[in-house]
Amino acid sequence: MTDVLSALSFIGIYGVSYGVVLFTISIGLVVMMGLMRVVNMAHGVFAVVGGYITVSLMNSHGVPFALAALIAVLAVAAGSVVVERIFFVKLYGAPELDHVLMTIGLMFIGMAGLNLVFGPDIVPAHLPEALAANVHLGERTLQVYRIFIVVFGAVLMIALWYVFERTSFGARLRAAVDNRGMAEAVGINVRRLFSMAFALGSGLAAVGGAVGFAVLPLEPAYAFKYLVLILIVVSMSGIGNLRASAWVSIALGVIDTAGRYFHPEIGGFIIYAVLIAWMVFRGHTLLHSPSSR
Amino acid sequence: MNHSPLLNRHRIHWAEIAYWLMALAVFFLFPRNLSLATAIVIMALFALSLDLVMGYAGVVSMGHAVFFGIGAYGAGLISLAGHHEPITGAILAGLAAASFALMVGPVLMGLSGLPQIMVTLALNVILYEAGNKAIAITGGDDGLRGIKLDPLLGLFKWTVFGQTSYLYALGWLFVLFLVVRCLVSSPFGVSLQGLRENTERMRFIGTPVRRQLVVVYVVSGFIAGIAGAVSAQTVKFVGLEALSVEKSIDALVMLVLGGVGRLYGALIGAPVYMLVHQVASEWNPFHWMFVIGGLLIVVVMFARGGMLGVAAMLAARLRGGR
Repeated sequence: MTDVLSALSFIGIYGVSYGVVLFTISIGLVVMMGLMRVVNMAHGVFAVVGGYITVSLMNSHGVPFALAALIAVLAVAAGSVVVERIFFVKLYGAPELDHVLMTIGLMFIGMAGLNLVFGPDIVPAHLPEALAANVHLGERTLQVYRIFIVVFGAVLMIALWYVFERTSFGARLRAAVDNRGMAEAVGINVRRLFSMAFALGSGLAAVGGAVGFAVLPLEPAYAFKYLVLILIVVSMSGIGNLRASAWVSIALGVIDTAGRYFHPEIGGFIIYAVLIAWMVFRGHTLLHSPSSR
Repeated sequence: MNHSPLLNRHRIHWAEIAYWLMALAVFFLFPRNLSLATAIVIMALFALSLDLVMGYAGVVSMGHAVFFGIGAYGAGLISLAGHHEPITGAILAGLAAASFALMVGPVLMGLSGLPQIMVTLALNVILYEAGNKAIAITGGDDGLRGIKLDPLLGLFKWTVFGQTSYLYALGWLFVLFLVVRCLVSSPFGVSLQGLRENTERMRFIGTPVRRQLVVVYVVSGFIAGIAGAVSAQTVKFVGLEALSVEKSIDALVMLVLGGVGRLYGALIGAPVYMLVHQVASEWNPFHWMFVIGGLLIVVVMFARGGMLGVAAMLAARLRGGR
């Protein structure tokens, strides 16, 4: 009995912390896709760059974790606006194939660039001491880091909920997602909103990469490796739906962890099977697509 | 005198004849590089299969290597099982890929846009992982070795420098290209292009949308399967990379580089891409990504329609200036 309980708590805490990282990275893309209808395959690059900046600030300059993460997030958000102005403006309203091609191109360049600067190997995760410590919960020990992530996720969700539901920025964002034409008609500057949402979305991805660098290890191929996972979250949560993407991410994290825990041989397949089943039965209701067949 | 391209399709342009003569000339001019040339022809065939669904029917398949891989493993297993005749072996492998397309097609063709992109991608990832785990069938990381073939048509032995291989692959490309060319200029092909342009309207005028898409998807799966089979037969080896997402993306990039929805886009994109890759092969693979990434961005931002699109535009401008 205690075995079952300890297995369940292990899966729970690891699955949820995995889900939180996934959510933090994906939520930005959920917003961008809802607002700008941009399919961004390169979204993971924002996350991994955030992670790399954080880790290198910590390792080689001795910057404390929180400050390093903050600098990384701001840097990525600022950089992403430049990327948006140069590349993504060309995509608004263009066919989806163009989005896919251009953003795959950006992803490849991001991967090649990271390899050039940081080398091809996985970055070992050295957590700050406070987070690396273990706490004893019954028979199992648990890293403080995992608990930190879960708490962090809860705080982030509340903050995001507040921004989306209670601020004027959130209201304008939701208005533009629901009906862009109408939002423009009532005087919302949608163009500027796009840039702000882009910065917010990529900044959140960088938060995910920075905070989750010990959950999803940093490597140049990161953006490609986790692309399918990110896309699963985005497409299962629907247009700009904050709450749904939180649940989807956490469910994915728990299912994936449980699958790998109980059936290491086939565990990795389970989320893909879930995805395909979902697409087959609910695919037509997902994401507004103008030519739904 | 500018006729509608739809009506012009079945006329043969002099450049087409020149293209195929050049492909034949490679056989005589570069006898030492025929294995690379064969690989190029195979990728051109694979990219052509992608052009059929993507360029003509507007289906975005991010996981087309699934069919290439099934064809490759199929041909390998058929040979290992003792059937050494190459042409029927390739056809059987192509049919295996086509039946898989028939299985997944009705579901995939019911999707569009992002869900379609994702499910095709996820399918590719799943099949790759399955191939990686099913060592009994695929040999896992070691791949399939020991593929043997009878002489082609009972006459031509498979030579070390790959003369037979090159002509065999080129023969497949030529025959299947003719099939695809006829298909896209047929009423069915024109109807597919209608689907690409506006699915709703086609549905309103009574087109059986999903059935047509499934048919073209199965044909494309067959061609991709043949490409995989020819690859297995000429290289005499099948590895997991035949099933990889990278393979799918390679074909996509070649097609986009050459020009989507133009048939010859695949046939021109493949050699250009592969030759650049050949030159860059001594680089670090990550550096090669700068090239692919840059090419994709340039095509989308400045050269919609790829190389053929740019060429057509320049030609039109020259003619206009005269």
